[in-house]
Amino acid sequence: MRSELAFEMNTNSLLSMTGIDKRFAGIPALAGASFAVGRGEVHALIGQNGAGKSTLIKVLTGYYKRDAGEVVFDGKPFEVSSPQQAQASGISTIYQEINLVPYRSITENICLGREARRYGLLDWKRMHQEAEALLQRFNVRADVRRPLMEFNTATQQMVAIARAIGFSAKLVIMDEPTSSLDEREVAVLFNVIRQLKQEGVSVVFVSHKLDELYEVCDRVTIMRDGRTVKTAAMNEIDKIGLVSAMLGRAIERAEGHATAFSDRDEKKIGKVLLSAENLAINQIVQDVSFNVRSGEIAGFAGLLGAGRTETARLVFGIDRPRAGTMIFNGQTFDPHKPSDAIAAGMGFCTEDRKSEGIVPDMSVAENMMLALMPKLSKSGVIDDKAQRDIVERFIRQLGIKCSGPDQKVRELSGGNQQKVLLGRWLAMNPRLLILDEPTRGIDVGAKGEIQALIKTLADQGLAVLMISSELEEVIEGADRVFVLREGISVAEFDRDEATEDAVMSAMAHGSAPTIAEAAP
Amino acid sequence: MTRPRLISLLGSYGVVLALLLLVLFGWARYDYFLGFFNITSVLRYNSMFALVALGMCFVIMTGGIDLSVGSTAALGSVVAALASPQGAWIGLGAGVGAGLCVGLINAILVTRLKIMPFVATLAMMLAASGTALLLADNQSVSVSYESGFTSIGQDNFLGFPIPAWIAIMAYVVGWIVVNFTSTGRGVLAVGGNEDATRLMGLPADRIKFLVYLASGGLAGLAGVILASQFGAGQPIEGVGWELFAIAAVVVGGTLLTGGVGSVGATLAGVLLLGILFNVLNFENGKGWISLSAYWQSVIRGLFLLVVVILQAKLSSRGSVAVRDY
Ligand SMILES: Nc1ncnc2c1ncn2[C@@H]1O[C@H](COP(=O)(O)OP(=O)(O)OP(=O)(O)O)[C@@H](O)[C@H]1O
Ligand SMILES: [Mg+2]
Repeated sequence: MRSELAFEMNTNSLLSMTGIDKRFAGIPALAGASFAVGRGEVHALIGQNGAGKSTLIKVLTGYYKRDAGEVVFDGKPFEVSSPQQAQASGISTIYQEINLVPYRSITENICLGREARRYGLLDWKRMHQEAEALLQRFNVRADVRRPLMEFNTATQQMVAIARAIGFSAKLVIMDEPTSSLDEREVAVLFNVIRQLKQEGVSVVFVSHKLDELYEVCDRVTIMRDGRTVKTAAMNEIDKIGLVSAMLGRAIERAEGHATAFSDRDEKKIGKVLLSAENLAINQIVQDVSFNVRSGEIAGFAGLLGAGRTETARLVFGIDRPRAGTMIFNGQTFDPHKPSDAIAAGMGFCTEDRKSEGIVPDMSVAENMMLALMPKLSKSGVIDDKAQRDIVERFIRQLGIKCSGPDQKVRELSGGNQQKVLLGRWLAMNPRLLILDEPTRGIDVGAKGEIQALIKTLADQGLAVLMISSELEEVIEGADRVFVLREGISVAEFDRDEATEDAVMSAMAHGSAPTIAEAAP
Repeated sequence: MTRPRLISLLGSYGVVLALLLLVLFGWARYDYFLGFFNITSVLRYNSMFALVALGMCFVIMTGGIDLSVGSTAALGSVVAALASPQGAWIGLGAGVGAGLCVGLINAILVTRLKIMPFVATLAMMLAASGTALLLADNQSVSVSYESGFTSIGQDNFLGFPIPAWIAIMAYVVGWIVVNFTSTGRGVLAVGGNEDATRLMGLPADRIKFLVYLASGGLAGLAGVILASQFGAGQPIEGVGWELFAIAAVVVGGTLLTGGVGSVGATLAGVLLLGILFNVLNFENGKGWISLSAYWQSVIRGLFLLVVVILQAKLSSRGSVAVRDY
């Protein structure tokens, strides 16, 4: 293995990192990791949650100081102490958590740091034009003068990418850029990556969606437990090879299933728990009807902007509908605020964990207990033991990689933060759980476990409303699939009708059989 | 213009609206309210606060706070008074320099030693105040009248008070910095998301350093005007100035958490508070009721609340004001 890596490094490489160590409070996150990227190459970097991918990137860009190891970039030893210097040396990075400034306009978020000037002062007109032009490359049309926070996660992600591309860099690093994009947008991104490659720019691409790697990547490096375990040409390794290298053990693919949702027992499905009729709020949600039964997983499919998250927000009382009615557990349900929904027995695991979910400076345990607090402390005291037990159970069940319940959540890897958030709502033991992109950013191994857990909970009577941009997850996981298109619920499929083709065509054209009558 | 857009505009310029209404009220009710004398004296007096509030505005936009501005102004006034016999310019430079020194220490404490702004500037508030009292030997320090130092605070230029000119120039520069320089945009970015700003490759620490330095310098300048206007360095003045400045900034719609702010609205906030004080004085002068200083405080406090609440109500329906260029 050593000699193989050494060989890779000798080739005409743009970047080579060797023997990189990084410890946090004594615990190694990177232990002798190495990584090499050739010129004009698209290089995939993969590994389980917490394997050290993001840390490796942050060490490279000077956000963290490495404890040991050597970095050579563009033929010269590379020593930077801040992301600013890395940027100036030609490394442009899109970090895993979208790291932009929500209050500022799209233009500023794209141009900050390399502003256009005229007579020494900022030239807003040119900057707006530049931002528009960059976004055009991604087919994004947006008013670049508006603050970033008014746009959805996907647009924000595109802005982050546009920003990185705008610096004419030699190396562009993308840490999970596709996790919040849908297939159309991923295709656009891949086109841009191919263009970059043609211009001789190298790209590092981190993703948990293994299929997409084959579309653009030339080579792949696999990390496990802070080490680099394998580097290979993309066309020499198959998916099973990738996964077994990631997990460190041989695996066989489950027959015919892409997800861990095995067939469900229809008999366990109970009465309708939540039904919503003709919900509307604005252009984004115009007319949505659906229902969820207890013990059932109902899926929402649709393209980005179809109104899935927005509908969930209405159900959970974050926004108030302009029209439409909801019935929950046999009673009219009109939540004014999320605590109404929580009191009624709902949980909502949001897609945007950074701004809506996680409290980074609190511990894993505190984050998990947050929603449960009011319940646990009803008598005025919080039962420490019970709390501990719940937290430890979910750390185990979800496979959260952390040093213990007291570790701060900000110190966890992105995927593990997602798991903590999921644990929070599962710990609530709700009657209806809304999951918005539950497995976003979660590695293949843990994904299966989470899907299995969702299924077990549904078998025990939990009603689940699952939103996912991964079609397989909805089709295989859901007992019924509701398709939303441009704010309208256009189709409903039972498990056996929900084929990929049928759902896809409803998502795109909405020309499916008229929405079925509300189930009995 | 759509309705929500209009409401959000009203939200961001609510303070200007309130200011206009107050001026109209005063004009209708009191005889000499819009007289030349009243206008110039209001401007002359409030220019000190305007300078302090400008510095505070920048600090708050980065998500920080500077509690030391009041004592820094007092220190600046004492130092300027002591130096004034050497000449008007030297007095001016000494006062501003003293402010810059305090600002420099604040900047080092916050950006190098990573001490929370609240704590760091609170400590400096005490230290600066103590230093002012020491230098002044616990009494006010008379300025030199021969050197022409008093012109800074008392004379007019083109018929307009010099302190007001200084404040206007400072605000114009401040406005240009926020809206048309990368440092200025960086100030807002740091306040909006410091970590992201760092990852985006902006010099977050340098930006924060600069705002504390500037705030100190502006407070020192306010101190120079104070000494010059009243003919003496005032070691015990400046108490509560920081609160006035914070109030003016907040009324102007700048978020205390940082990331959103406007220089122009801060100026409007200063004028609003200053003119309110003026109106209360006129009301007392009418002799119908007599409001003690305490009652004036209560009324100003309530008025402030009303404006802030209105603003919050209006702007939450639209969206945050993000630019004023
Ligand atoms: N600031 C920190 N303090 C302490 N531990 C940290 C810190 N940052 C990362 N770690 C730890 O280092 C390990 C590697 O984390 P990293 O974020 O690099 O994982 P990753 O491969 O990017 O995972 P993911 O796919 O979930 O994004 C994790 O165990 C994480 O808990
Ligand atoms: Mg990561």
